Amino acid sequence: MLVLIGVLLVIVGFAIRLNPLIVVTVAGIVTALLGGMNPAQILDSFGTGFASSRSVTIFVAVLPVVGIIEYFGLQEQAKVLIGRLAKLTAGRVLIGYLAVRQITAAVGLNSIGGHAQTVRPLVFPMAEGAALRRYGHVPDKISEKIKGHSAGADNVGVFFGEDVFVAVGSILLITTFVDTTYHLHLEPLQLALWAIPTAIAAFLIHGFRLLRLDKQLDKEYREYELTAQKETAGEAK
Amino acid sequence: MINVEAVYWLIGILFVAWASLIAADTHHPRRWGSSSFWGLLGLCFFYSTWVQAGTAPGWVLGIAVLVLVVLASTGLLGHGKHRTSTGPEREAFAKRFGNKLFIPALTLPLVTVILVLAAPVLSIGGTPLLDPKNTTLVALAIGAVAAVVVALVILKPKNPATPIFESRRILESIGWAALLPQMLTTLGILFTKAGVGTAVGSLASGLLPKGSLIAGVMVYCIGMFLFTVLMGNGFAAFPIMTAAIGWPVLVETFHGDPAIVFAIGMLAGFCGTLCTPMAANFNLVPSALLEMNNKYGVITAQVGTAIPLLAVNIALMYFLAFH
Repeated sequence: MLVLIGVLLVIVGFAIRLNPLIVVTVAGIVTALLGGMNPAQILDSFGTGFASSRSVTIFVAVLPVVGIIEYFGLQEQAKVLIGRLAKLTAGRVLIGYLAVRQITAAVGLNSIGGHAQTVRPLVFPMAEGAALRRYGHVPDKISEKIKGHSAGADNVGVFFGEDVFVAVGSILLITTFVDTTYHLHLEPLQLALWAIPTAIAAFLIHGFRLLRLDKQLDKEYREYELTAQKETAGEAK
Repeated sequence: MINVEAVYWLIGILFVAWASLIAADTHHPRRWGSSSFWGLLGLCFFYSTWVQAGTAPGWVLGIAVLVLVVLASTGLLGHGKHRTSTGPEREAFAKRFGNKLFIPALTLPLVTVILVLAAPVLSIGGTPLLDPKNTTLVALAIGAVAAVVVALVILKPKNPATPIFESRRILESIGWAALLPQMLTTLGILFTKAGVGTAVGSLASGLLPKGSLIAGVMVYCIGMFLFTVLMGNGFAAFPIMTAAIGWPVLVETFHGDPAIVFAIGMLAGFCGTLCTPMAANFNLVPSALLEMNNKYGVITAQVGTAIPLLAVNIALMYFLAFH
């Protein structure tokens, strides 16, 4: 029961906004000590844990190309392009991206999109460009909301798409853990199949919310205009 | 064969290159702290190769990792001022290059897809060209290199090292959050080794009304959700909640189909990933990348999807897994 103190440390550490790296490290050390590991074993676990989890840091390999095309105005060009498209709204740009992201992840191509690869250079400028065309000006508050939803569409798409693919980490983790611990034999394909109903539900729920996003942005822009008018009226007096 | 270790060495080289740029930047406010952090991180990527192979002691790497944590969390890491193109310059470039700017961006996924699809037939003398266990990772790295080459050819920057300078700008805006995902994975391993799963199981068995299937399903799914929120990834939560409820209650007592129970259980955890700052890679790194005012803005956008989807997962497991 004492090992649960580690979980508590994580909750408290985050609640009081300590640096997450320190929180995670201290919680890990305390839990391991309570679980009866000695300092040498703990250090070893930090080392092997780092070595075996390097794949999650692969996003940095993509930064050089993103950096150079941003330097040469990629975001500006994306905004120009979207400005020419007639009917697409911010919400619909994001629904389109959600669909593409989910489908590509479901066939195992989950590394082709991502926050550094596509969201920052392409998706967000496209969605913001759509709002710019609709309102003529994008206030900070609206831009902030579009940023959140641009990253959100990527996350929802990849989380609930990748599990439909058999050779993905989460599926292989399930089969490895369950087969060794409980001596079952689960086929990755079976697990992937049963991820499909949730994948469909995720698209329907998130897609519906993105359709509503356009209406929310309209409302926020009207409020923004009203306050802006009041302010100018105040100045005129 | 191009092994996945080569990919990790490429990443290590990038970190060391960025560290050297920072060390050479006399105006950097945290010149030595920052360059030590990124440089040591790069060296860790090299050394890990031997740890993974079992030929070097893990504790040495463990110490290095703790040093990284100390450097990052004691304010020794900072932002440099980066000379990059100005807004008007970028607009002029955009006018000049137009849609050609998309070519490098599209090269990356295109090369990756082609290599993944072609991987089964790409072999030299019977040895596959790409690491068959990590095809996507290796293909992605090759795609990233190809994209830089294409960008240099099309855009012809005055300085061919522009991609490195410009990516340092993005890296420094991400900062210490770049290390967090790996630290979280390690935490999950430590939790499981210390027996957190068993402890949760004995706690939960006191909470569960005996003989109620719907209660068991709800505790498993909501437990996956909560532990994922706490630990930032469903991977760490899965062994804990499965040892606690999934196996003993749902499969052994109620004879649930294990494939359905575990597949949907993991997806209930993913709903938690949408709601937690612990999943830095997905929720904090992008808000830093997009330069948002509210660093929790991504989570705010996602909660409204995560909660109804969790309810859907509970219903799906209850109706599909038990016959």
